[in-house]
Formats: sequence, structure tokens, C-alpha cells
Amino acid sequence: MPDNTLTHYLCIGCPLGCRLEVESDDGDNVVEVRGWTCKKGDAYARQEHIDPRRMVTTTVRVNGGRWARVPVKTSDAVPKGQVEAICRALRSVTLAAPVRMGDVIVRDVFGTGADIVATRDMPAAG
Amino acid sequence: MITGKLSHLEQHYDVVVVGGGPAGMAAAVGARDAGAEKILIVDREKEAGGILWQCIHPGFGLHHFKEELTGPEYAQRYLASVMDKGVDVVTGAFVFDADRDRRIQLTSGQHGIRVIDSKALVLGMGARERTRGAIRIPGTRPAGVLTAGLAQKFVNMMGFLPGKRVVILGSGDIGLIMARRLTLEGVEVVGVFEIMPHANGLNRNIVQCLHDFDIPLHLSTTVAHIHGRDRVEKVTVAPVDAALRPIMEKSWDIDCDTLLLSIGLLPENELSRQLGISLDPVTSGPVVSSRMETSMPGVFACGNVVHIHDLVDFVSQESYLAGTNAGEFVTGKRRPADNVRLVPGENVRYCVPHTISTDREHTVYMRVRQPLEKCLIRLGDVYQKKLLYVFPAEMVNLTIRPRFLEQFHGDALRVDVVPRDT
Repeated sequence: MPDNTLTHYLCIGCPLGCRLEVESDDGDNVVEVRGWTCKKGDAYARQEHIDPRRMVTTTVRVNGGRWARVPVKTSDAVPKGQVEAICRALRSVTLAAPVRMGDVIVRDVFGTGADIVATRDMPAAG
Repeated sequence: MITGKLSHLEQHYDVVVVGGGPAGMAAAVGARDAGAEKILIVDREKEAGGILWQCIHPGFGLHHFKEELTGPEYAQRYLASVMDKGVDVVTGAFVFDADRDRRIQLTSGQHGIRVIDSKALVLGMGARERTRGAIRIPGTRPAGVLTAGLAQKFVNMMGFLPGKRVVILGSGDIGLIMARRLTLEGVEVVGVFEIMPHANGLNRNIVQCLHDFDIPLHLSTTVAHIHGRDRVEKVTVAPVDAALRPIMEKSWDIDCDTLLLSIGLLPENELSRQLGISLDPVTSGPVVSSRMETSMPGVFACGNVVHIHDLVDFVSQESYLAGTNAGEFVTGKRRPADNVRLVPGENVRYCVPHTISTDREHTVYMRVRQPLEKCLIRLGDVYQKKLLYVFPAEMVNLTIRPRFLEQFHGDALRVDVVPRDT
């Protein structure tokens, strides 16, 4: 027990916002989750502790479109640590209108298995 | 591909919808499904879809489409069904007048000034963001003070960054979302300041927009002064006392070039006022019946113009109902009139709709004043339901079924949200 670490998370399941406490051993295995009101909190804390993932949504430059940027997302949640690198890399991408919703902009971004996909049509300006 | 300029704008329509955001789109679809033939949506932007286009983050559509979508995906899917149903959509057009005969006047670069008749009119103008003037922040008036939603449009659609070092006032969801957005675009977000002792946004946004990027959230703290001549140079922030007054002895200065405001939305009702329909001083929106009809027969209203929603899915639901009733008004089908008034009671700020009828099921939306855990929602003495929690930032939905009212013969029902032990 003295070697175990405590990590804290704010549950995002509902507005109650339970303060979750994860106790893990020296191998970072979850020993116990405390502080939850419903089972959602327990599952969320374990996921956040072991493998936190996020959907990434950002925009990409587009030339000749109705607007200057086209919104994109990752087709799946990616490891949290990759989010900023993905957004930084997308700054060097420039598309040409028209773009269609669902178009794949980057395949298998940084080997995460997720694609970068346009989330709207971008018709040519005019 | 979503495209489209309406080349031929007609003069007579069954239903005219003012505003092509989520409310207007759903109302148009509802009107069509109820049998209205000629329907027009008027929108001032270059495309219908409203604020959804700039809300590029996920979290939309779980109720309506049964899957999680980004704002643009929700807009495009909805707009596709509007177009499929043969609704006319005129964009770049602004409705500047409406009268009690449901005649509107619009102005557009393409069509000039036009007068258009409708048999039923639906108001779906949405809301505006509250600005610096609404909370009277002292200081100079430099460039670099803007609302979070405007900054969102700059960044996500127009491709401009509002500044290099940003302070955000207000912890509403738009402010939190922008803290992450700007960080991911390489802007430094110094912190988010909230005058209330609790955050206004979803916990999901607190975690994923602030904690993920180590952006501090300062509760019970506000911006007390703005400095800078041409451009914002710094702001003074201060903790507040119980009466929400800044304690200047404890204030400190923050160097920044931009202040974003995320301090709430106000229903946009200039046109409603011109029409002379009754407005509710609490919601700042029209008083509506269970048919979403305003005090003026044949004029309906829905979405954020009626009350501020926190989920677009509920806007779609409420507005589809408004559109259905507008369509039925046109085709001559009338339902029994409302016979029960809803009266906001303990810990209830408002209820929408304002009245209901006893012959059918209703969904009533309401907002509470104070957060409560383990509480009870009470509808007169005819019905009560346990709730695990209520929060002012989260709308409460209540389904009222005809059987609740079988033994009820009054004309007003009080709605209370109270702790369970009273």
C-alpha cells in the first residue's frame, strides 16, 4: 500500500462531476477507483488512467473555397499525447476547393490507425 | 455538394421561416411533413446551417441522429434533408420587417428589397452573444476585446487568429472550447476567469479543453479593468466578494493582447418586438403555447429565439414541433387550444412552453435557479418525479402525459424543483 500512487480525475459523465481517485501499484495497474456515484465514473477513471484518448477536431487551409478553412476530425479517438502533434502537422496542409464531407485528408495519421476526414462540403467560392 | 443560390424567389409562400439555423431548418422540415407545400427559409449568412458550421467539435446529434457528430456534420445532414424536401432557401438575405398579416420584407444583394406573403410565419432568429457592454467592464476601449463565438468564426471559418496571448472571461462552453481551439492553433491562453464560484460549462469541456492543456480556471474571479490604447495591453483581474464585487486590494495584472468574452447569449428578438408579440421578461423570448405559437395567431417561434438551449438536438425537436404546427395552421387543421398555464414556482426560473393542453403529451423545458442534488420535480399536486441532480447550466426536460391531468380541473399548474425531504 505505501508504494501505491493516487491520481485524481474529474468525471465527465454528467454534471455531478465526481472527483475520482485511482489507486495504482508500482506497475501502474489500477488497484481501486474511489469517489464515483455511478458505474460510468469507475469505467471512465480506468480508461483515463490506462489509455486516455481524444477525438481531434481542427481545421485545414483550403484555397478557392466558400470559406478559408475546412473543418476536419480524426475518424477515431487517438492517444491524448498525439493531439498537439497532429494539429501542428495539419498546419502545413493546403487543400483546393471543392472538398466533400468524408474526404480523407491524411490516411493513418502518425500511425494511429485514424484518418483525418473533412467534416463538411466546401464548395468553390462564388 | 451543398451549394446553392435560389434563383427564383416567389412572392407567396405557405410558410416563411426567418433564420436558417438548426431551428429554422427543423421548422421547415416539420412544416413540410405536416402538409405545407411552399416553404421558404430566409438566412442572412451565405449558407443556411447557422452557428453549427463554426462549432467544429464533436458532441452533437446523440439524441437526434443517434450518433456523435461535429457541428458541421449535423448542419450538412440536416440541410440535405431540407433540400430533399424541396424547401426554398434564400441566403444573404435579411428580414427587416414583418407585420400582423404575416407579410415580411427582406433585403438581399441578389434579389433587392422584396415583400413576401406567408400564411404562417416561423421565427427562428437564434441568439446573440452578450458583449462587453452587457457587463460594463471598466477601462479603455482598445481593439482585441471580442466575444468567444466571433473568435470561433474567425479561427474556424475565416482563418484568422484573434491574437497571440489571450485571456478568457466566462466559463461557458464556448469559452472553454475556444481555450482549446486557440491552444491547438499555437495561441497562448493565459487562463479562464469565472465570476461565479462554479464553472458554467460541461465537465467534459473542463477536462478536455482546460486540464488537458494545463490552462488554469480561476473561479470567483473577474476582469476588473482593460488597459491599452489601440490594442489590449493588459487586463486587471480580481477575486470577487459575496456580492460579486471585485476586491481590488487582491487584484493582479496580466499581459495579453486579447480578451475573449464567453458571458452568455441573448435571444435576438428585434423582429418579434416589431411584430408586437408578447415577450417573457425572464427568457427574453416570445411567450409560446404548446404549439410553439406566439401571442399572434399564425406566428410561431422556436430555438434560441425563445430560450437559450444547451443542446442542438433539443432545438431540432422543439422546432420540428413548431414547424408541424405552422404546417397544420396552413392546412386548416387545428388542435384544441391550451387550457392550463404553467407557473414557475420554487427554484424554477422559467418553463417553455408557457401553456399546455390536457388532451395530449407535452415536453416541457425548464431551467432551475440553484443546483440541487437528490431532488424532486413537482407539477402542482398531480405529478412528481425524482431527479438525481439539477444544475442551472443544464436544461431540465419533463414529459407531461394526459393521464397526469385526468383528475385536474384548474387552469394553472405550479412547477417546483425542491429537495426530496420537504
